[in-house]
Amino acid sequence: MGDHHHGPAKGITRWLFTTNHKDIGTMYLWFSFAMFILGGTFAMIIRAELFQPGMQLVEPGFFNQMTTLHGLVMVFGAIMPSFVGLANWLIPMMIGAPDMALPRMNNWSFWILPPGFLMLASTLFMEGGAPAFGWTFYAPLSTTYAAPSVTFFIFAIHVLGASSIMGSINIIATVMNMRAPGMTYMKMPLFVWTWLITAFLLVAVMPVLAGAVTMMLMDIHFGTSFFSAAGGGDPVLFQHIFWFFGHPEVYIIILPAFGVVSQIIPAFSRKPLFGYASMVYATASIAFLSFIVWAHHMYTVGMPVAGELFFMYATMLIAVPTGVKVFNWITTMWRGALSFETPMLFCIGFLVLFTIGGFTGLMLSIAPADFQYHDTYFVVAHFHYVMVAGAVFSMTAAVYYWLPKWSGRMYNETMGKVHFWISFIGFNITFFPQHFVGLAGMPRRIPDYALQFADFNMMSSIGAFIYGASQILFLYNVLATIIAGKKVTDEKVWDGAEGLEWTVPTPAPYHTFEVPPKLDPAHAHG
Amino acid sequence: MRLSADPTTDTVLKLVTVVVAMFAFVFVVMVPLYNVLCDALGINGKTSAQAYVAAPAAVDTERSVTVQFIATNNDSMPWEFRPQVTSMAVHPGAANDTVFFAANPTMQHMVAQAIPSVSPARAAEYFHKTECFCFNQQPLEGQSDTLMPLQFIVDQDLPKDIKTITLSYTLFDVTDRVSERIASR
Repeated sequence: MGDHHHGPAKGITRWLFTTNHKDIGTMYLWFSFAMFILGGTFAMIIRAELFQPGMQLVEPGFFNQMTTLHGLVMVFGAIMPSFVGLANWLIPMMIGAPDMALPRMNNWSFWILPPGFLMLASTLFMEGGAPAFGWTFYAPLSTTYAAPSVTFFIFAIHVLGASSIMGSINIIATVMNMRAPGMTYMKMPLFVWTWLITAFLLVAVMPVLAGAVTMMLMDIHFGTSFFSAAGGGDPVLFQHIFWFFGHPEVYIIILPAFGVVSQIIPAFSRKPLFGYASMVYATASIAFLSFIVWAHHMYTVGMPVAGELFFMYATMLIAVPTGVKVFNWITTMWRGALSFETPMLFCIGFLVLFTIGGFTGLMLSIAPADFQYHDTYFVVAHFHYVMVAGAVFSMTAAVYYWLPKWSGRMYNETMGKVHFWISFIGFNITFFPQHFVGLAGMPRRIPDYALQFADFNMMSSIGAFIYGASQILFLYNVLATIIAGKKVTDEKVWDGAEGLEWTVPTPAPYHTFEVPPKLDPAHAHG
Repeated sequence: MRLSADPTTDTVLKLVTVVVAMFAFVFVVMVPLYNVLCDALGINGKTSAQAYVAAPAAVDTERSVTVQFIATNNDSMPWEFRPQVTSMAVHPGAANDTVFFAANPTMQHMVAQAIPSVSPARAAEYFHKTECFCFNQQPLEGQSDTLMPLQFIVDQDLPKDIKTITLSYTLFDVTDRVSERIASR
């Protein structure tokens, strides 16, 4: 350590002006948790309304605002920023870099997020209400028929997009230029690999989203007709542009989750990750395929049969690299010295439930079958299995796994396990019955439903309240750990953990790797 | 190719280029490409916006296809708009004439634009309009009406399994757009 070593500044300015990757990572994580609670509150309102058939608590228009904001807040506010926060904390420590490549831009990309979401949330209090056209904001619902607040929604999307683009440029610049000597690409931890690929996806498709909302803005205010048939435009064009962004977006959400699981499962199996190189190539293949499957979200739009077949086969192809990943994780556990601490439990939960979500995805990819499933609760069940049990479970695992390294204190293991089991059971009670009501024909985004769906919907709602409540336990556990958890000082908090982040002191000091580390050649890709 | 001596600046400049290019890609590639593809492949039920120049061909009197007409008003369009006949039996290859009736019940001068769509979408490329009111905007003084002509040929190559073609027109109020354009001149 140099003698100029200094800690963080004091007070609020530490957080406003910080360029430290750990501070920024922490802010991202707390912000995304706040958004998770906000989006979760919207979900609770949705499930409370659906507890019984008939209109109970809210107006149908408000219900639509809730489904829309729940989706937007969870995707852009909770899941994406949480993984960016994780990337900020971990990527420099995993590749032996002192900080991110562009620390000041890093500060900026975080601090434009809260105003962006403030703008989005403020639409709730505007005349005409918040956006009510679903998180996919199809035109003309989002143009001709939208409440005036749609303009605020458009600018909010611009701001969030700018934040994501800056964040991903920063990650690519860091990974490409700041790796410690000897850390070749094929020695990088898999979390770094998945984030590098995710960042490229973001750079490629966030501008497409920005283009889509810009076209909406022009249609609404400047008299263009991109999505209006009256002036020679086409509403179907909107869906093509949206899903050209939207499908890579779902991999943007899940690839970092794959990275997290690929770090944690080897640690608690006490074996190196099985098939490291195939994991890298599988991730890259998924990223490539994500660009040529977008129209499988629009099978019922009236495509020619040739188009349906192309998108169907291309979509099914994604099952191959995804299967490679799932088998690699299972093989990593095979004959390992397994132990089941909370992070590992969440990873195994991820593995089981994400695979179920993958299989229902495969069912949805079959074009003729999708005509039945399209826009039903089956789709809702499918994407919650991959978004919640996929992304959120792996994010939760990541917090439990790295929290001792970040805070220097150990969380309450019993409480963690209780959190896992309540989450796991609550999640399945919520979403498993939705497969059945979906197959039976219950449409999504509907505040009322036919009587035959009543029992399953009540189950769903009870499960949702259980799952929602378990997050309070999570918050309590994390706060209790940071304030009064049992101190840990071992550099390697977990005996099976590998990687450079476990070679720095615990808790991780404010500045790490000011001098690049020497890599131990025996430990390729920790 | 290096854009800067500093590797980080170099990476950033390249990525910013990608971002700008992708934003431009939506406007200058995706939108025109979509229209060109729909046009060229006749998908999406879109018919050509240009008049078809009929090539002399034999009329297939063995075969008869039902063509149905639907007229719809978009949004708050106040016009009365309907086909004179709702259904015709035609022979592939033969030229057919029909008219649509439109009336403007308001007190103002208005301009309308009809947008056609053919169902099944597969039939769109075999449905040729040699003359159509949808090729132009239709101005109409308040309290007046008009008959709008349509002349079409169903192609002899129409797949055998298609026995009914539905031609649907949606009428849009474009008065504001037109007056804006005139005002901006």
